[in-house]
Amino acid sequence: MSFKKLFGKKMEVVNIGLNRFKEDLEQQGEKVTNVEWTPPANIDKNVLQILQENKAEIQAANEKVLEIILNGKPFLVGLDIARNVIPGMKEDLFLHSGPPLTWDRMCGPMKGAMIGAMIYEGKAKDFAEADKLGTSGKFEFSPCHEHDTVGPMAGVVSASMPVFVLKNEEYGNFAYCTLNEGLGKVLRYGAYDPETIEKLKWMEKELYPTLKNAVEFIGKIDLKNIIAQALHMGDEVHNRNRAATSLFYRAIAPAIVQTCKKPEITAKVLDFINGNDHFFLNLSMPAAKVTLDAARNIDNSSIVVAMTRNGTDFGLQLAGTKDSWFVGEALVPDALYFPGFTKDDANPDIGDSSITETVGLGGFAIAASPAIVQFVGGSASDAINYTLAMYEIAFGENNMYQIPYLNFRGTPTGIDVTKVVEKGLTPFIDTGVAHKDPGIGQVGAGVLSAPMEPFIKAAIGLSEQLKK
Amino acid sequence: MIKSLVKKGEYYDSVSLMIVGKDVSNMENVIEATVVMATKENKSILKTAGLYLDEFKQYDDTDLLIVVKSDREDKFTEIFEKVDNLLIEIRNRKDDSGSFTPKSLEGAINYQPESNLVLISIAGRYAGREAMKALKQGLHVMLFSDNVPLETEIELKKYALANDLLVMGPDCGTAIINDVPLAFSNAVNKGNIGIVAASGTGLQEVSSIISEEGFGISQAIGTGGRDIKEEVGGKMFISALNALKNDDDTRVIVLVSKPPHPSVLKKINAELKGLTKPVVSIFLGADRNLVEVNGVVAASTLEEAALLACAISENVEVSKVTEFLEARRSSYGTIAEKEVKNISSGRKYIRGLFSGGTLCDETQIILKKDIENIFSNRSGDEKHALDDSWISKEHSLVDLGEDEFTVGRLHPMMDFDLRNKRIIQEAKDKETAIILFDLVLGYGANMDPIAEILPIIKQAQAIAPGISYICSVTGTEQDPQNRENVIKTLEENNVLVMPTNTAAAEIVALILKNL
Repeated sequence: MSFKKLFGKKMEVVNIGLNRFKEDLEQQGEKVTNVEWTPPANIDKNVLQILQENKAEIQAANEKVLEIILNGKPFLVGLDIARNVIPGMKEDLFLHSGPPLTWDRMCGPMKGAMIGAMIYEGKAKDFAEADKLGTSGKFEFSPCHEHDTVGPMAGVVSASMPVFVLKNEEYGNFAYCTLNEGLGKVLRYGAYDPETIEKLKWMEKELYPTLKNAVEFIGKIDLKNIIAQALHMGDEVHNRNRAATSLFYRAIAPAIVQTCKKPEITAKVLDFINGNDHFFLNLSMPAAKVTLDAARNIDNSSIVVAMTRNGTDFGLQLAGTKDSWFVGEALVPDALYFPGFTKDDANPDIGDSSITETVGLGGFAIAASPAIVQFVGGSASDAINYTLAMYEIAFGENNMYQIPYLNFRGTPTGIDVTKVVEKGLTPFIDTGVAHKDPGIGQVGAGVLSAPMEPFIKAAIGLSEQLKK
Repeated sequence: MIKSLVKKGEYYDSVSLMIVGKDVSNMENVIEATVVMATKENKSILKTAGLYLDEFKQYDDTDLLIVVKSDREDKFTEIFEKVDNLLIEIRNRKDDSGSFTPKSLEGAINYQPESNLVLISIAGRYAGREAMKALKQGLHVMLFSDNVPLETEIELKKYALANDLLVMGPDCGTAIINDVPLAFSNAVNKGNIGIVAASGTGLQEVSSIISEEGFGISQAIGTGGRDIKEEVGGKMFISALNALKNDDDTRVIVLVSKPPHPSVLKKINAELKGLTKPVVSIFLGADRNLVEVNGVVAASTLEEAALLACAISENVEVSKVTEFLEARRSSYGTIAEKEVKNISSGRKYIRGLFSGGTLCDETQIILKKDIENIFSNRSGDEKHALDDSWISKEHSLVDLGEDEFTVGRLHPMMDFDLRNKRIIQEAKDKETAIILFDLVLGYGANMDPIAEILPIIKQAQAIAPGISYICSVTGTEQDPQNRENVIKTLEENNVLVMPTNTAAAEIVALILKNL
């Protein structure tokens, strides 16, 4: 017996546990890597066993899913009114972010946004009336995700709202998203005062037709290309969209000038896009959505195709479990709060924007975005470390989205639920935090860990599917 | 009143939490405090400590419980805020280096692809799983964790054997591989003496003596104490012995352990048959004849084993070692006499307070030859087991590294608190004649033992000047604690420092006989 590759070799130790042992080895100048170990998720042994037994099938399915994600070609192909294009959209239907939700369980900003949308649609005049209507059962509420749509924060979409129309040119599927309103008093944070509604009306009357004509003039805009470039320019396209917005502006501005007949509207529209660093968020999100949706319904796959929050619940959908939602409590983020606000002001996590992380952007690509780390609290090396950690739960690496600092390594792509529960490590989400009262807006930002509960449920769900 | 703060899904390692717990307990207005993960074991500890709240039922392994007892209801918010800050500090400290810390073994191997050994010290119920993952990746394992189920140990070692891999442990505290001391190990000279040990401090003592004698270690492999029991069947002990047999850098092999199970001993003897390399064995407490087969030189103490290995390594007659030890023993008369004079009348018992289990065992074995009724929490026979480890009885030898002392605490080699308290307790006992203690130096151990123990010794000496304070130091000159300075300082403060644990036991026996 001789111990394979041990005696006489240079020691390179992995230390799992007491930090002291690592320090001692470092002090001696030895090579040692510490594992920041956490226990695996608390999950039924039988579930783990089923997943283990079906490892090969899961692997094969995941490879297929990853291929579809990497092949995705998200293009902006037009703009339209929600009722004309969003599947199932109708008069008394209101879409929202996150997993399914009833009126009585809606959080402050979600209710505020719903009321705003009811006023916008002319269904109610004021808060009292809208609140009554909400409980009356007259209206239907449904997740954006179930209608090929995504929305930031409250993510409320109603029938007459203008939306971007995206097409996955590789697989032919579509996705939709409203237009970003900018910061301050905005519907997505639950504002419903006249000022908010007025802005939405302006967006419908002037911004929408102008953009629609411009996109029509261009034909289509390659969003994957813009996102890939933006990553090289310091965006992660979830919390920072400054570069992507600029790139989009370069693409759209000449067309707007050529197609818009009224100079004052041209100026207003260009000013609006230019003045809103988050304008591109409502394109990066549906770009992620349209890419991931093509990978749905691949049996046995443990890769997440939707990860989203509605301010009350945090929900997941897997490629391998059809339309099932795996839902847990949405937590109040331990974020960096703006001056004057504390955790007590914060609403639990909200928004479909974590679709960016799901496709390998946002928190997964934050190493490309050192500029944002200050905003979310931390150092540039933290950003690198967040991304490096996400490789541990990702099934693969992106072919187009790259991190310059990591020698243009592709971003970690495809959240693998089996890895999440095995390592007790949930995705980092790079997100904004909403005030718990409607209409106050953003009170903080941070890089947050997703809760474990929905991932455990998803692993159980997949194991049940596999048993059949 | 007792209040709690629960952090769902926040995991910290137990050492970090012990440090936080200690800090919280020392806060103003806090009567008692504890910070633990909500495992079943911890919850039952909380129950016994009277710190359990019904609401804890809903929490489990991955939730953090902060429990504070205070009589100032108005202070809880402030206290919990401070705890929060301590936890944030600990979390941030990890990231201080700016370098990436992988979150899993898989991540670590990707990050450091040439890794060859995984050192595991997480809670026993998780440790086996990580160890198996390491083996499956072709990595050798040192399993420091205890409370790993026996079946898991057997499964790991079977897999390791089939794949030419080494599994040291569970409950393996010491190993020196390729000149690198791991966990609780000493900085020793490089040399041609290889050691296989089923005893951690035994390995530390033997390797340190060899190094201090000017000789060196090729490899020192720990197996964990359970390896030589019938169930595990000496799997790693034998394969380590075999590996040293085939190792060109090893000239002499030393085997260190408690007496193996007869079935295991049989296998060891079979392995030794036809071995061309000289072997020294120290099976503490075993009948010498039982193991002196196949040309193996059997030692009866750790020191003798070390010296025999050194002698063989430079081709010196082994009888010289016996002569040396006998001559030294007879020279101890005068020293013992001086100590006896110093012990005030009415004092008659030895109180040995150990941080090393094997050192406690060896002392017991040596004393038993001359002294009757020695009680210990590591006694082989029930008659001499201490009823209560926390209270000495007549002649008592206590290992403070045993489970009853270490639940929720750091090992006494790291944290001296408990033994310090015990030293004072023994000093206050009018019947205590000798306080004997070990100081184990090296990596893993407390970096400043003098700062920890000297004030206590002084305090004890002030309480009871008529007690003899005797110490043995396990460690080498190269150890980070500066052995020479440790010994000098203790000697300057009227502590009798003996060169080895064996020598300390021998002088104690002499003193007791002459009391």
